[in-house]
Amino acid sequence: MTHNANWFLEYAWLVPLLPALSFVGILFFGKRMRYKGAELGIAAVSLSFLLAVCAGFAWIQHHDDVGYQAVQSSTQWLQSGGVEFGAGVLVDGLSVMMLLVVTIVSLLVHIYSTDYVGDDKRYTHFFAFLSLFTAAMLFFVLSDNILQMIVGWELVGVCSFVLIGHWWEEKPNSDAALKAFLTNRVGDVGLIIGTITLFFAAGGGNTFDTIKINEAIVQGEVGHTALVVASVCLMAAVMSKSGQFILHTWLPDAMAGPTPVSALIHAATMVVAGVFMIARLYPVFFEGMQIGGSSINLMATIGAVTLVFGGLLAFVQDDIKKVLAYSTVSQLGYMVMALGVGAWTAAVFHLFTHAFFKANLFLGSGSVAHAVHSFDMKKDMGGMRKFMPKTYVTFIIGSLALAGLFPLAGFWSKDEILVGTGGWGLFGGTGGNGAYTFHLLMGLFGAALTAAYMTRCVYLTFHGEFRGDRSHGDPHESGPRILVPLYILSGLAIVAGFVNLPAGFQLVGDSWTERFGHYVEPYKSSYFPAIDHATPSWSLAVVASVVALVGAGVAIYYYFVKVDRLADQTQQSLTELPDGLSKSNGLAGAGHKVLVNKYYLDHLYEGVIVAFTKVPLARAAYWVNQKVIDRTVDAAGETAVLVGRQVYDVVDQSVIDGFVDGSGRVSDATGEELRQINSGKVQNYAAILFAMAAVLAGTFLIIFAL
Amino acid sequence: MLLNQFLLLSAVLFCIGVYGVLARKNGVLVLMSIELILNAVNINLVAFGALTDNVAGAVFALFTIAVAAAEVGIGLAIVLLIYRNRRSIDLSEIDLMKG
Repeated sequence: MTHNANWFLEYAWLVPLLPALSFVGILFFGKRMRYKGAELGIAAVSLSFLLAVCAGFAWIQHHDDVGYQAVQSSTQWLQSGGVEFGAGVLVDGLSVMMLLVVTIVSLLVHIYSTDYVGDDKRYTHFFAFLSLFTAAMLFFVLSDNILQMIVGWELVGVCSFVLIGHWWEEKPNSDAALKAFLTNRVGDVGLIIGTITLFFAAGGGNTFDTIKINEAIVQGEVGHTALVVASVCLMAAVMSKSGQFILHTWLPDAMAGPTPVSALIHAATMVVAGVFMIARLYPVFFEGMQIGGSSINLMATIGAVTLVFGGLLAFVQDDIKKVLAYSTVSQLGYMVMALGVGAWTAAVFHLFTHAFFKANLFLGSGSVAHAVHSFDMKKDMGGMRKFMPKTYVTFIIGSLALAGLFPLAGFWSKDEILVGTGGWGLFGGTGGNGAYTFHLLMGLFGAALTAAYMTRCVYLTFHGEFRGDRSHGDPHESGPRILVPLYILSGLAIVAGFVNLPAGFQLVGDSWTERFGHYVEPYKSSYFPAIDHATPSWSLAVVASVVALVGAGVAIYYYFVKVDRLADQTQQSLTELPDGLSKSNGLAGAGHKVLVNKYYLDHLYEGVIVAFTKVPLARAAYWVNQKVIDRTVDAAGETAVLVGRQVYDVVDQSVIDGFVDGSGRVSDATGEELRQINSGKVQNYAAILFAMAAVLAGTFLIIFAL
Repeated sequence: MLLNQFLLLSAVLFCIGVYGVLARKNGVLVLMSIELILNAVNINLVAFGALTDNVAGAVFALFTIAVAAAEVGIGLAIVLLIYRNRRSIDLSEIDLMKG
């Protein structure tokens, strides 16, 4: 608590208050307004954004003046049994950064939505809930105690439920909304248990205050067992909210909502609530999971598994939004893994950059879908670059940033995560909190996957021939209210990475490197664990880029060269090779095919024999090109698709869905039994009620009489 | 002043109320029986309040009266709507929620 903190930091609570007021305003008066409430929402969020920008500058000033000291202003909400329940705001680098991200993405999504859902019958309702969602998320990131965080956490959950089910007249949409809500409830059990554990464990002072809890843990006043319990329980909450394997299944289904909602909630802001919570309560996890000096822990492993599984699943989706949804799952896996290996800044920085390029991609996919009235890439898209050149350019920028190619935003943040694993000991160790080599390898594999599935997605959507319905004329480019947010977001996808250039980056002075980490990471404050920082490594950056390029290259070769050529020859619009391994069924089929296929051997013999008789070099080169390089590339691509499909079929569809179905059946059976009691007659219920009350009273009597 | 006289009165009142709630078919009478139960509670509250010389008991009783007024308002509105729809307020006939 400082005495002369800046006005914008002291009054940061205005930022969530404005959209909250706009929610009420739109709900009551929206229908009577000229633009049906949209103007109120946009005005409120714009003001919030301005305040957030000012708060950003104020924080930099404050940080330069007094160092990393959080500005906390709180008031007592209620007092009960000697425990004070506070309500307040905690402003530090992390929350100011989140304010900026949430308000800017929300503002652009608001503007985008005026066109995208322009003729929707619940237009006003939609804007009201966009405002409420923005308010809830801002409230969540500003919380200064964990109880308040739960309130914000649940509020964003409710908004997500309402907005996924925005078109609830269709059954799948309302089912998806319910699935999202209920899956999140599973994690909430962990959240509540974790919060209660922290309340009793931390400091012994019975406090919910985030900073006090963190300080108590940093000073070693909290028992290790309690922290293990708390961190594992909170991890369950993170898994449900941030779509971590095995609770990720709701996130792809949530794509049933309108696209702006997917961009705002299921890519840029709400799903990072879990990541934010880890970042906010980092001492709990750092000590509870014993991150320092280790080479494996629960959080990092969940993140690593999620990032690879999500990436593989993205390969076999035909719905463009589902590709992006699984990509989000995968990227959230990166963030959780980074936090798990102790690379706090890298994770938060990836959260920052990812928000921009993923919102960009989602809004871009919405722009395309708006033109063809479908999300199916294989059936209704293809060749869209001719119709929508502007959307195409922004989408390409977003894809490159996501794939992590130099010098776009994703490159810097992904590289930092890989460095942070500390597993790159080959050319001078990178330091860090331990040697998480396994996680580094998973991260690299994920980078290749990311580049490859985005290439596939770009090809299927924008290249080849248009496969959709032309009877209503050609699809056409979207209007300015859709394009301008896309321009801004793709601009941010390019430049956002420069705010945290790695230390020792030669092209700029030292005063320009690691600005983000300097102002956001509370490593100099009293409520942050003593983590080690990894040293950036040129060799790793190069290797990671090459891996991503190889991933992209394989996919480019498969789609842009082979599929395209075949499509030209057959005059068809193809989405994959008809004779590819992926057509045969399962892994056994693939092995079988390789074994029985004499094609390779025949050509080997033919190639070798003919090579000795005719134009040797050219033939050899041709053979190498056709049979070795070609097949390798094909096989790599096809194997990736196969593995992805296997994972989708076996793990996602059978095991996880089976588990979910099983629990459904169990509750079904119990319900069937309990149905008997449910006579529908109110007096029967009353009789049961009184009987139970009598039993309870009797029990008390016996207990107290004895 | 003996406390048990009041407790006895309220226990009797409570039992009559419970009997009414469970056995009556007429919706309005069930609501009235609920009032009896609530007032049994009120008697207890006031009696204990007077015994311990604590005003909280009477205050709580006032609360209960206010809440009961709201409750009976809603209850009568529901009964009225049921009557409009079905031309009857026989509770045994109303089992729409049967599982």
